[in-house]
Amino acid sequence: MQYIIDNPDIVWTRTLEHLQLVAGAILLAALVGVPLGILISRVRWLELPVLNLSGVLYTVPSLAFFAILIPYTGLGRTTATTALAVYSLLAIVRNTAVGMDEVPAATVDAARGMGMTGFQLLWQVQLPLALPYIFAGLRIATVAAIGIATIAAVVGAGGLGRLIFDGIRRLDSNVVIAGAIMSILLALLADLLFSRLALLLRPDLRASAERG
Amino acid sequence: MFGSNDPLDFIDYIRDNPEQFWELFDEHVTLVGYAVLIAILIAVPLAIITSRISPLEKPMTWIANIGQAIPSLAVLALALPIMGIGFRPSLLALTVLAVLPIFLNTFVGIMSADPAVVDAARGMGASDFQLLRMVQLPLAMPFMFAGIQTAVVQSIGLATLAAYIGGGGFGDWILQGLALNNFPILLSGAVPVAVMAMTAEILLGFVRRLVVPKGLRVA
Repeated sequence: MQYIIDNPDIVWTRTLEHLQLVAGAILLAALVGVPLGILISRVRWLELPVLNLSGVLYTVPSLAFFAILIPYTGLGRTTATTALAVYSLLAIVRNTAVGMDEVPAATVDAARGMGMTGFQLLWQVQLPLALPYIFAGLRIATVAAIGIATIAAVVGAGGLGRLIFDGIRRLDSNVVIAGAIMSILLALLADLLFSRLALLLRPDLRASAERG
Repeated sequence: MFGSNDPLDFIDYIRDNPEQFWELFDEHVTLVGYAVLIAILIAVPLAIITSRISPLEKPMTWIANIGQAIPSLAVLALALPIMGIGFRPSLLALTVLAVLPIFLNTFVGIMSADPAVVDAARGMGASDFQLLRMVQLPLAMPFMFAGIQTAVVQSIGLATLAAYIGGGGFGDWILQGLALNNFPILLSGAVPVAVMAMTAEILLGFVRRLVVPKGLRVA
């Protein structure tokens, strides 16, 4: 704690680096993952291979993943963002697909009966109804990415992991604790933020969420 | 050998250093094995107790959920000021993190037993202990194994990071490769760990299907 109070500017810089890293990766993963999730909910035979592949990639330990990428993408942001985006993919793809599947068949039928085109059906009916699921996916992915991003310091991408690794190297537990506490706070904050955001988007779900 | 920095030369590097390879493998597996075993011994009884004492449910699941949001490197790093460097702080961090998925899954498994089934068991005169041993625990087995699977895969990854606090394992080679900017050494650590994690995920996936109680299997 003392380190945070004594060095607010360093801690702040690292926190911003951390957030930028995570935001970039989540954005990238969402841009790929949401369309992919929609695709596999429509093209059934793709579902198993896509989910299995992203599931297996998800098991690769993060330090190993970063290490394997280094010879090809070098040290720095590119490697970190790529690895983080790949990790985030599974939760986003899976939740998007589940959300699309959960749209009641009767609703889809009604929309078709009203003469909606495939695109209108997707944009005006299926996606809005799938939104809470997609948000749950983004939330899981973001919380996980905040944790994994601490390891990105190994590849020189900065962030709060810098504090942790520097602290370990210098055997200075104050620096370690500063990095650890800030990353824990960020993860919990992101968790809270996303659950609030999901309720704002779908106020009709608030009642059921408050009931527990 | 030293002239080449082709990452794919890691195969040669492993072939040239078999003793060290197996030593690191041994360290890695020992760390993961102990952590998961101790975690099972803590998490399963904890889940059973929590399922019996209902005021514990909310706070325990809340703690476990919050715990899972905490970055694992942070847990590992926090073990450092408490216990210093080496095998023991690494084991402590790995165990703490492995308890969470096993506890949550076992607890959810016990609680998800169909109330009608629980009622039927009670109606047949099952005692509390019989209900737990003959109905709820068998039904919770697939959940419990899913938790163990998650814990093993996660521990393999975390054990890699443990090298930073002197825990040994394949992380040692990754660290060395990074420090020397030597790609073959880097990948000699990274690739085996990746393969280990994927193998564990797939193998334990099969085991999980084996522990499904006979009556629940869809023929």
